[in-house]
Amino acid sequence: MTYPSGTIVRYSAASRINHWITGGCFVLLTLSGLSMFHPLLAFLAELFGGGQWTRAVHPWIGVVLLISYSGLIIQFWRDEMWTRDDLAWMGAINRVLVNEEEGVPEVARFNAGQKFVFWAMALLVPVLFCSGLVIWEVYFSSYTTIEQQRVAVLIHSLGAIGAIIVWIIHVYAGLWIRGSMRAMLHGYVTPGWAYRHHRKWFRRLVETGSRGPVPNAGAASARNTL
Amino acid sequence: MADLQSQDYIRRSASTLTPPAIRNHEQEVAKLIDVSRCIGCKACQSACMEWNNLRPEIGHFEGSYDNPMDLGPSVWTLMRFTEWEDEKGNLEWLIRKDGCMHCEDPGCLKACPAPGAIVQYANGIVDFVSDNCIGCGYCVKGCPFDIPRVDPVDHKSYKCTLCSDRVGVGLEPACVKACPTGAIMFGSKADMTDWAGERIKDLKSRGFENAGLYDPPGVSGTHVMYVLHHADKPSIYAGLPDKPHISALVELWKGIIKPVALAGLAFTALAGFVHWITAGPNEVQPEDEAEAQRLLRPAKAPRPSAKGQR
Repeated sequence: MTYPSGTIVRYSAASRINHWITGGCFVLLTLSGLSMFHPLLAFLAELFGGGQWTRAVHPWIGVVLLISYSGLIIQFWRDEMWTRDDLAWMGAINRVLVNEEEGVPEVARFNAGQKFVFWAMALLVPVLFCSGLVIWEVYFSSYTTIEQQRVAVLIHSLGAIGAIIVWIIHVYAGLWIRGSMRAMLHGYVTPGWAYRHHRKWFRRLVETGSRGPVPNAGAASARNTL
Repeated sequence: MADLQSQDYIRRSASTLTPPAIRNHEQEVAKLIDVSRCIGCKACQSACMEWNNLRPEIGHFEGSYDNPMDLGPSVWTLMRFTEWEDEKGNLEWLIRKDGCMHCEDPGCLKACPAPGAIVQYANGIVDFVSDNCIGCGYCVKGCPFDIPRVDPVDHKSYKCTLCSDRVGVGLEPACVKACPTGAIMFGSKADMTDWAGERIKDLKSRGFENAGLYDPPGVSGTHVMYVLHHADKPSIYAGLPDKPHISALVELWKGIIKPVALAGLAFTALAGFVHWITAGPNEVQPEDEAEAQRLLRPAKAPRPSAKGQR
């Protein structure tokens, strides 16, 4: 994979493919799920070939999303671990929101907002999957009582709304922070972008002579102590 | 099953518009099942299969008079037999014809996400319009009586239609026509309630002091009613719910959560837009690039390998 010279690699091709499979599934699940959630949005079922197709395909997309998101967890969990620095960054969130980044604590590969999105989805995706299995009428309806299915469908609805809200935040942040979309689409950022938004990560890359997305292996032991 | 016209709808699943209901003057109908007069002959089951052209798969003897053992996509009505001992130790054979109760406030219709898959006519009949059914099974969760069954072959939900196609042309339901003892009666809800009163008076005079009409108010009444000799404990009749009502979980899911959730989504999106037009995009500045280069340069000099990578 080649990137323009002088740029820094933010996400590997594997990460990007993994991300967009997840994102595509999420959008399809949102559209098909909302069509079965509110009558005002029932028309969305037509995008999937009608109600029967929507009902049939929705759970399978969910299975793909679960597998795909598991891949993202495996790839990113180390860089998404919560640290004390994240609290300090959260304390300066008012400045971050108005684009005044002077004095905002330096951020490693992911900031607290990104970590929130990551872990919120890491919680909600399995919750949605498990509650979804219970209400997957065709295959699993005989394994649970109707009362359990009522609980599951309620959890599934609430979890889905939570996940869609997190997703809106995620998408907006990607549009708001210019350069993020290119990072996730094409994999690279400019050094200035890395310096502005993820200075700690950038410093580590410079220190270890890495082009990204992770510091070079020689410094891996030092990295764990951070 | 949609032989009645859409003008006859008073409720329509997953629809935000009120149905026209121009025929609201129609009389409400009811089927009255007098359990005390039932002899368990299953003529009603046969008639139901015959009229609706249903052929459930032949099962196995399970040591019970119930045959088949449960309602199904092709079993819309079923005699359920219970051997019950009263306080004095007398054995009573309770036989209840199970099937859709045609609730005035139908939980299946409330839960259904498919527009027009479940409708309620002005005469009170709750009907499944198979053409619109998506097979999600939400009606099963909405029903307080455990009635609808989703067919695993065509993925559509089925239950008793109260023979809406017969009623629509002035005939009584098939089971009513077939019943040899008059245990199943059909007419206007008012007439059936009156008739039930006569029957209850008679039962009381014969020692069934708790005889009564089952027309549960928890679902605003039903269009299939029972005369029970032990109306104080409906559940002895093969689990007929004592106080049926739409589950609070379903009420929550299909009630307040829907508008609140959409408002929450809209609010989040709107907050993003307001942020976009006030704070605006966060752009990398030339100073950021300059600072980054300043950090990179000394790093590059002692590490030619790093430079080579670039």
